[in-house]
Amino acid sequence: MAVADHIMPAATQTQGDRAPLARRLFWALSVLLAGISLFSLTYGASDTSLLAALGDWVQGRELSLRDRVVLFDIRMPRLVMGVLVGAGLAVSGAVLQGLFRNPLADPALIGVSSGASLGAICAIVLGGYLPARMADFLGYYTVPAAAFIGAWAATMVLYRVSTRRGRTSVATMLLAGIALGAMTNAMAGMLIFIADDAQLRDLTFWSLGSLGGATWSKVFAAGPMIVLLLLAAPLLSTGLNGLALGEAAAGHLGIPVQRVKNLSILGVAALTGAAVAISGGIGFVGIVVPHLLRLVIGPDHRFLLPNAALLGASLLLLADVISRTMVAPAELPIGIITAVIGAPFFLWILLRRRGILDM
Amino acid sequence: MLIAKDIGVRLGDNQVLRDLTFTARPGELTAIVGPNGSGKTTLLRALTGDVEFDGAISLSRHDIRTTPPWKLAATRGVLPQSTPMAFPFTVLEVVRLGLIAGIGADRAALPHRALAAVDLAGFEGRFYQELSGGEQQRVQLARVLCQIWEPVVAGEPRWLFLDEPVASLDIGHQLTVMQLAHDYAKAGGGVVAVMHDLNLTAMFADSVALIHNGALVRQDTPAKVFNDHDLSVAYGCALRVNETPVFDSTFLLPHTASTGPGPAHRP
Ligand SMILES: Nc1ncnc2c1ncn2[C@@H]1O[C@H](COP(=O)(O)OP(=O)(O)OP(=O)(O)O)[C@@H](O)[C@H]1O
Ligand SMILES: [Mg+2]
Repeated sequence: MAVADHIMPAATQTQGDRAPLARRLFWALSVLLAGISLFSLTYGASDTSLLAALGDWVQGRELSLRDRVVLFDIRMPRLVMGVLVGAGLAVSGAVLQGLFRNPLADPALIGVSSGASLGAICAIVLGGYLPARMADFLGYYTVPAAAFIGAWAATMVLYRVSTRRGRTSVATMLLAGIALGAMTNAMAGMLIFIADDAQLRDLTFWSLGSLGGATWSKVFAAGPMIVLLLLAAPLLSTGLNGLALGEAAAGHLGIPVQRVKNLSILGVAALTGAAVAISGGIGFVGIVVPHLLRLVIGPDHRFLLPNAALLGASLLLLADVISRTMVAPAELPIGIITAVIGAPFFLWILLRRRGILDM
Repeated sequence: MLIAKDIGVRLGDNQVLRDLTFTARPGELTAIVGPNGSGKTTLLRALTGDVEFDGAISLSRHDIRTTPPWKLAATRGVLPQSTPMAFPFTVLEVVRLGLIAGIGADRAALPHRALAAVDLAGFEGRFYQELSGGEQQRVQLARVLCQIWEPVVAGEPRWLFLDEPVASLDIGHQLTVMQLAHDYAKAGGGVVAVMHDLNLTAMFADSVALIHNGALVRQDTPAKVFNDHDLSVAYGCALRVNETPVFDSTFLLPHTASTGPGPAHRP
């Protein structure tokens, strides 16, 4: 890690206090995210350019209808969705890892995302059977709500299975995640069997994850929930920091352990559920981003969570630009890009820290 | 004052503690000794509210079952037997975790003073996971000290609960840590420590509780508890206690021990 190697000596010079570095990184990542956002608005399959459009606007010229559509109805919602999903997945990964006291916990890897997908698929395929009044009431929120319930159930099962007396076994967690993933996939398969053609098209993108279907209505369905949770997540920081010592020691520090655990599970389920509801199961963002950050600024969640939101959003936007342009005018599902980058990264963590599985 | 009355603890099918009564006074270092598996750690976990127990435990007149965690955290710190950590924290970051509960003044300087107190000044920038077992244990002690730095706050004593604080330390640091615990008590705080080293216990403890098979054999001053008969019964080997000619305390040597049953047979 060139970046980490470069910054580490500075961290040791300040005698183990990485807080100033974390604060500087926050501003640097903010600038990075702003830059990538502008780039992503400018760059795409069509030749519409944000800069040209801005120039037109300054000179008082009308934007052409085509440019308006490309900018405001295609690229803008996609940008907002990418930011929301990237930040949401990275933060829920960081919280999940804090909760399980393990850097290998990733929502997609241990079945939380599969649970969310199953919930979403249920909502799409079986939504027609909902009582009309309930469907009206839930409206846009039917799919995110179902995804949340699926993610919550999966997280609960995982936590119950893999935690004994306040210690979480990673091996059990990963294995339980595999079993859970297999089960939800099988159930999703059965549902897909009874789905009609229109539903099938909706469903295909769950398997890989994509920002391709971005619309303002999707953004409004999941956006408020994600923004709210991202703003609330730092409230868990102190609790998660204490949990790093183990549950008993966290309790001795006065942390309401059970409440922190419950809120973390709910928060992760809601964040993952909302992200999966609009973008499918995009993997590895939740594991790569927090791990990279821990190398540089350390595991303190007060700094890890905000930085993870920024870096997660930036990296997902970058992956999106790649996915849109690599095989243009067609596009690759973004889940393929994140997996191609993320899977070797995961192996690299395992190689460096084999001992992790024995904890 | 810490008062534990008629404590019983079941773990699974195992009745680990039976009708055990234990007290500790502020201003004193109270040691808990006994053979492996006798229930020392379990007693300490009951005293800190980590396991369900029968009977009653009160700390400074507060029932520990009904006192909220944040309130307990302001008055007592707990050092576990060992503390593995999952993430790459630096030593300074670990010690600062103690400040989560802290109400002490001068929070910025406290971690450095605590590290100096356990003889780890200059270790701030090292990674916790890259320290030796004994160093890790001292870092955790510094973290606990950070939590309850002043032994007395607003006239109320604060408490240190230590599970084998010197077990993984060399003899020099054993003395450092025992002296630190002793000074904490002399300054008005209360200290409860699970101990294996009977000589250090005799040197530093004001009161000793000897535990055997989950029951209290006797709690009194080291001079009274450390007698040939009680120790031999509890530890299952013949032990001879001697008076040191120089210091006014007791010591015993493994040289004088032989394996096999003591003077009386184990119950
Ligand atoms: N979770 C558990 N379930 C059942 N029995 C347990 C459990 N934990 C401990 N025990 C048993 O309780 C007894 C007391 O254990 P404890 O850890 O208190 O011993 P100890 O005095 O601290 O020993 P050591 O000197 O080895 O640290 C032992 O016989 C142990 O086997
Ligand atoms: Mg023990």
